[in-house]
Amino acid sequence: MGPVGAAVLSLPPLVFLAVFFAVPVGAILLTGLRPDGSWALGALVEVLGDGALRGVVWFTLWQAVLSTVLTLAVGVPVAYALTRFDFPGRRVVHAALLVPFVLPTVVVAVAFIVTLGSGLRGTLVAILVAHVFFNVAVVVRVVGGLLEKLDPRMEDAAATLGAGRWRTALHVVLPLARPAIVSAAGVVFLFTFTSFGVVLLLGGPEHATLEVEIHRQTTQLLDLPVAAALSLLQLAIVAGLLAVGTGRQQALAVAQPIAGDAASVRRPRGVGERSFLAAALALAGALVGVPLALLVLRSFRAPDGGLGLQWYRALVDPEASVLGRPALDAVRHSLEFAVAATVVAVVVGLAAAVVVTRGPRRWARALDVVLLLPLGVSAVTVGFGFLISLDDPPLDLRGSWWLIPMAQALVAVPFVVRVLVPVLSSIDDRVREAAAVLGASPARVWREVDLPLVGRAVGVAAGFAFAVSLGEFGATVFIARAETVTVPVAILRLLGRPGPSNFGQAMALSTILMVMTTVSLLVISRLRPGGTR
Amino acid sequence: MSTRAPFRRRRAAVAAAALAATLVAASCGGDDSADEGPADGAAPDGPSGEVVVVAHDSFDLDDDMRAAFEEETGLTVTVQQGGDAVSVVNQAILTAGDPLGDVLFGLDDATLSRALDADLFVPHEAERLDEVDPALVLDDEHRVTPIDHGAVCVNYDAEWFASEGLEPPADLAALADPAYADMLVVQNPASSSPGLAFLTASVAEFGEDGWLDYWQGLEDNGVDVAADWSDAYYTRFSGGAGEGDRPLVVSYGSSPPAEVLGLDPLPEEAPTGVVESTCVRQIEFAGVLAGAENPEGAALLIDFLLSDRFQESIPLTYFVHPVIEGTELPEVFERFAVDPDDPYQLEPEVVADNRDRWIDEWTDAVLR
Repeated sequence: MGPVGAAVLSLPPLVFLAVFFAVPVGAILLTGLRPDGSWALGALVEVLGDGALRGVVWFTLWQAVLSTVLTLAVGVPVAYALTRFDFPGRRVVHAALLVPFVLPTVVVAVAFIVTLGSGLRGTLVAILVAHVFFNVAVVVRVVGGLLEKLDPRMEDAAATLGAGRWRTALHVVLPLARPAIVSAAGVVFLFTFTSFGVVLLLGGPEHATLEVEIHRQTTQLLDLPVAAALSLLQLAIVAGLLAVGTGRQQALAVAQPIAGDAASVRRPRGVGERSFLAAALALAGALVGVPLALLVLRSFRAPDGGLGLQWYRALVDPEASVLGRPALDAVRHSLEFAVAATVVAVVVGLAAAVVVTRGPRRWARALDVVLLLPLGVSAVTVGFGFLISLDDPPLDLRGSWWLIPMAQALVAVPFVVRVLVPVLSSIDDRVREAAAVLGASPARVWREVDLPLVGRAVGVAAGFAFAVSLGEFGATVFIARAETVTVPVAILRLLGRPGPSNFGQAMALSTILMVMTTVSLLVISRLRPGGTR
Repeated sequence: MSTRAPFRRRRAAVAAAALAATLVAASCGGDDSADEGPADGAAPDGPSGEVVVVAHDSFDLDDDMRAAFEEETGLTVTVQQGGDAVSVVNQAILTAGDPLGDVLFGLDDATLSRALDADLFVPHEAERLDEVDPALVLDDEHRVTPIDHGAVCVNYDAEWFASEGLEPPADLAALADPAYADMLVVQNPASSSPGLAFLTASVAEFGEDGWLDYWQGLEDNGVDVAADWSDAYYTRFSGGAGEGDRPLVVSYGSSPPAEVLGLDPLPEEAPTGVVESTCVRQIEFAGVLAGAENPEGAALLIDFLLSDRFQESIPLTYFVHPVIEGTELPEVFERFAVDPDDPYQLEPEVVADNRDRWIDEWTDAVLR
């Protein structure tokens, strides 16, 4: 791709990031750094010289590293199992793994307390387990997205040469999947580095991260100079790590023949394969399935200990519910926002992924890092930034319906890019060159060569974006409207009131959210071009 | 890979991006679908059009309420939510003069003074102000109007205490007694409004010289600190709907009614009880925001929040007490809620002046 093409394709992501990220974040940082119109960097110096802060930064970093390693350890085998072996309900498992993304942290905290008792609470173990629970789907989606595109002949060839399943997996599949693994690791790291709810609710007050501190300084103390200093520090760490990471990722990308049809998914054969599949499923089931199943069970538990539908009935009964509006309205609003956000995220993310993989190298690397930054910046910084920057024409968006899907898309775009980049960069250039030699224009090459190959990955990315949008309530919390209350916010509102009825309804609504997410993801996976797998 | 883009082209791309950004934003501006109410920025003058209420995420008006208000005034209501109560007040301070709406709902004793100091409000003397309990009217200039009030109190798991044959603690001091070791859950005052209210209760009881020692005693007695109310009540407290294992929690005087709501017949006793002597008063206020696009509509809405219709809905919607004297309470509230006679109450100025320092000192004493 030439520089002109790269510039044109860069427009949608750059415009999007400028309006919904750079401008708001810049505005709130400037408010902190120039409180009275002149630079006041005293807070910056003071914050960076604070000894207690070093402990916070250190803890933030190493818990994120540890969480990322653990998530990969669980996610990669599960991704392999789900893309290589067929079993009844495979697609449902694939969809359900994303459910944690949409649940409010307090609901997850309830699930964990019910599952594990309160013994682990406040420990590092609780934080790590919850981080794996939330993020394992990232690895499964990103790595799985590439694994299912690998040409099965590579593995068949290895098998013909006498390598067993294990050797093939370790020496053929794993090296080819490395770009996707690094890609997934980057996102998981950012997610856990800026973790807020998990650290606050499961880690307890003695485990502070930078994000928690930024949140407190901004929302509770309105100490914007300190918040700005902390945000800059967070941004610097994230940008530095990303710059290193994306360099590694590009060095790792291996061109490989990518299959137009997917790698072969087949029933597991033999004891080894069966037990590997069983172990992977048991791991995913124990981590994600059990807590979710207990929540579902709770939603049917009557006060007298029996099972029944009373909380579901209460949800739709205006007399019994404190929501003040039908719960199904919240379902509708959630779906509307998520669909809008998904469309935006896929358009922006696809354009960006093409530039990252096809554009001039430096430009590509810069864009790659910039696109991930929204994950590395505190949601509260973005949310408060909206309030003070998008209030004048031409950007008068405060209170606009569109602001919420845009805020959700901001978080979803990085996921779209992460899913697409490894797949796009694995397409063998020689196929393209061959097409070009035969006289195809670049646009036609894209249409005839790239698109069929990335179609399925776009489906995976869209599903991902959809779940991320449904579950985003970092920035949206600050710009929500009661009239368009979403399901996660409605759950939080129910849990903000005492009593078994409110608690039961919150569990029922959480169950509805889980089902709605799983079904939506199954539908999206059917919609994707060229694939009904 | 191709070569780098020439510099000039890149500049052009940036300029184009800026232009496109403007176009995108402009086209998004008034794109609301019909049922989302009118696009913002289109509020006409005078009491017509819409009133935008800025509130924490627990506040909403249901469809019947909205219909009633619209019938009375011809105005539609939009509720703009901004996170928890403190966060909403801070957003209002941040956007002072260019407010996010017309009315701010949800200031409490702890945030009132900061909001008044920031000149967020214009005075409005509500129609029924003379029917409001005078003890709740804290601003003589009527920049803010009390709408509801509650009490933050220690709740206990009545069933657990009965089965253990143990008396619930009698007062704040008893909570530090080894007989009640490892039983209490409080909220972090840095991130929770009942948590801060409970901290102020301890200051009111033990004074500036004694409250930290008291907390040291609670700490030695195994107090558990939760991030917020939901976390404390549902995942740590053992009583009622709680899933946890601690029988004492900081909650509200009006929490017990919620535990028996909908049971038919109502039981003799609620599964949770209130330690009345630990209660601290919390009042919620609303005010007309300075710089509001629709100040007349804002004033009408505040009057509406004091109407019988809204006041009577408060107990079972928000689980707090109405402020208009003589408002009829639902039976379950009448029987099981505690409205303490003599709650702790600190002056809002005292809370505002000392809040951050208290939280810092508390954090050092209890968490480190």
